[in-house]
Amino acid sequence: MRREVPLVIVFICGAFMALQYFVPHNISAVIYQNALNWTIIIGIFTLAVGIGSLVNLHYDKISRRKEKWPYSLVTIGALVFMTVLGLSSPEAVQDPRGLFMKMYFYVLSPVQATMFSLLAFFIASAAYRAFRAKTVLATLLLASAVIVMLGRIPVGDALTAWMPEGTRISDLARYILDYPNTAAKRAIYIGVGLGVAATSLKIILGVERTWLGGGK
Amino acid sequence: MEQISLGTLIWMTVAAFLTLSIFSFLYRDNPFYRFAEHLIVGISAGYWIAILYHTSLTDLWIEPLVDSVSAFGAAGGSIPAKIGILLANLTPGVIGCLMFTRFFKSKAWISRWPIAYYLGISAGVALPLYIQSFVIRQVAANMFNPVIIYNTIVSDLSTLYYYGNSMMGIWTGIGDIIILLGCVCGLAYFYFSAEHTGVLGAAAKIGIWTLMIGFGATFGYTVMARISLLIGRFNFLIDWVSALGNYFNL
Amino acid sequence: MAAGFWNKMLNLDRRWVYLVIGAATFFPMLTVIRLPIKITPEVQSVYDRLESLPRGTIIMLPMEYSPDTMAELQPMAKAVLRHCFSRGIKVITTALQIQGVLLIEQDLRTVAAEFDKTYGEDYVFLGYKPYPDIVILNMGENFRKPFPKDYYNNNLDELPMMAGVNNYSNVDCIVNINATSGVDSWINNANGRYGAPLALGVTAVIATDYYAFLQSKQIFGLMGGLKGAAEYEKLIGRPKDIANRAMTSVSVAHIFIIIFIIIGNIAFFATRKRI
Repeated sequence: MRREVPLVIVFICGAFMALQYFVPHNISAVIYQNALNWTIIIGIFTLAVGIGSLVNLHYDKISRRKEKWPYSLVTIGALVFMTVLGLSSPEAVQDPRGLFMKMYFYVLSPVQATMFSLLAFFIASAAYRAFRAKTVLATLLLASAVIVMLGRIPVGDALTAWMPEGTRISDLARYILDYPNTAAKRAIYIGVGLGVAATSLKIILGVERTWLGGGK
Repeated sequence: MEQISLGTLIWMTVAAFLTLSIFSFLYRDNPFYRFAEHLIVGISAGYWIAILYHTSLTDLWIEPLVDSVSAFGAAGGSIPAKIGILLANLTPGVIGCLMFTRFFKSKAWISRWPIAYYLGISAGVALPLYIQSFVIRQVAANMFNPVIIYNTIVSDLSTLYYYGNSMMGIWTGIGDIIILLGCVCGLAYFYFSAEHTGVLGAAAKIGIWTLMIGFGATFGYTVMARISLLIGRFNFLIDWVSALGNYFNL
Repeated sequence: MAAGFWNKMLNLDRRWVYLVIGAATFFPMLTVIRLPIKITPEVQSVYDRLESLPRGTIIMLPMEYSPDTMAELQPMAKAVLRHCFSRGIKVITTALQIQGVLLIEQDLRTVAAEFDKTYGEDYVFLGYKPYPDIVILNMGENFRKPFPKDYYNNNLDELPMMAGVNNYSNVDCIVNINATSGVDSWINNANGRYGAPLALGVTAVIATDYYAFLQSKQIFGLMGGLKGAAEYEKLIGRPKDIANRAMTSVSVAHIFIIIFIIIGNIAFFATRKRI
């Protein structure tokens, strides 16, 4: 019951969706559309569980007075505040002058954007400290990166303007992107495609069961 | 820059303070950074709840469910049909609610049912589509006609010999060979069921060279991506300083 | 003496690197220098396709970016929207990235206002639903299945523009502006399953991945990062817009990172020889 029922569900759903691709009959199409919508609805609850886990984690930190617990108060407080604001009315998420929108544009947005912009500094530091032409492979990586970096900026072409058209740095960068890069990414994508298909088949047939987790 | 209201200026100042708090991490970890970090986790979660509720849960589940319940009070339509519609609208929500059993240890196993449904649908959908788009279409695009490649290179070489220009065809021809060889050798590199020696070893070596050039290209582009994000934040800070200057006539 | 210098360089505090890269990015923003942008064929083909469409044609422009990637994709999305609206092309938009819903709604509203476009007649915003993979598949059957209502709670049947528009077969093409691996879902599902002509506008980080799909003609165009946005701005005759202005900073920062790589390597080899 605890393991068999989920395995049966996964088999029926998986086999139906895979076969539906080859037999797009009217009736199967209706079931298919509704099954997809059900997936979205069920998925919403899954996300809600994720938020529940977040609350649990921070509640635990606060109640046990763990290290840096006051920051967890900030998280819980912000969560409650934003939820109340957002759920207060359907217009909350549509009114550009509302507080919910202001919180999004002036609190959430700048912090998120700045967090990611830090990566500019980290990538510069990584380039300085770790990008070494130690081996043939590392040199290939480095040369390709430098050519693409130069070839995709206007300055790159200005620096190689003395070279004939078609042999400038931007042309070289373009060649790398169009050919060796395409070959490399294609090999990866074919691998990914085969991997996903194999894993999907294993899940549908019940060979892959790690998703059931531990326990009975 | 146009004149902005005091309210907007205050909000912009809050955003600038948070921006600088995050930037302060570059010097070292500090309470301002940690405050902003924790604040944003809470704000994001609250935002998710509101958006999911208003844009997804309401029109996909709650409203159809309410409609199917109120249909019982309306004239027309058979009762079995109404029950059928009600069940169809109710079931996904009930299955979804089973996810919450995760919070009760003894009943946590029930949460496997919605997971099984989601996983089954996703796996079933992915199986044929990944094979089609990522394998068959990609392999098909790799099937270059060697005669065409040969003709292109030869005709271009003769043009080059007689007129001293037009190398494009040659490079394209060589490029097509690079794609074919690079891809096959790249796949050879990922083939771990046999030892990488002999022909397979040589192919795997060419494969890893190709992959490295590909990763290098990705790194080059990644630098541009990260710098772009930084430009975005600097743009905001410049706007904020200009807004302050404008407001106080500095 | 020299070895001592290179040793110092090798162990340079990372904060000096941060400072230099910050300055290299910031100061060019204060200048008015504009560098010429070269148009690449993959961006040109997106432009050409939209340029060739007659007035009133409907396209789909799903936008999946959020504040963390808006610096790259917002200029691109706005440039494509401006191109569509200036040519009388109608646009159906979704925002399948939860963190970006409000941002995209604002962008759409702002650009539509610039061209005096009417909601429901010239453009429609379907909004957000979770699990893009599933939503994209179901839109291929009927937009009304995953989106019974648009973002503003209107029934899709009440919107004049949506009359007779059921799925991808009723739109000319899809131009997906995307910051996530959700791009794969558009390739697999919209193009793979439903055969919808697809072009991509993606962040520079993932742009190189999609050249394989460009070569296999699964996508008809590709715009990568801020450079792609700058090219599109130039194509629509707006060379003073934000992406073009930013290219000077990008250029200087790239040069500095290359200098860092060179210095790092010289320092590495100069100190290694002694050991």
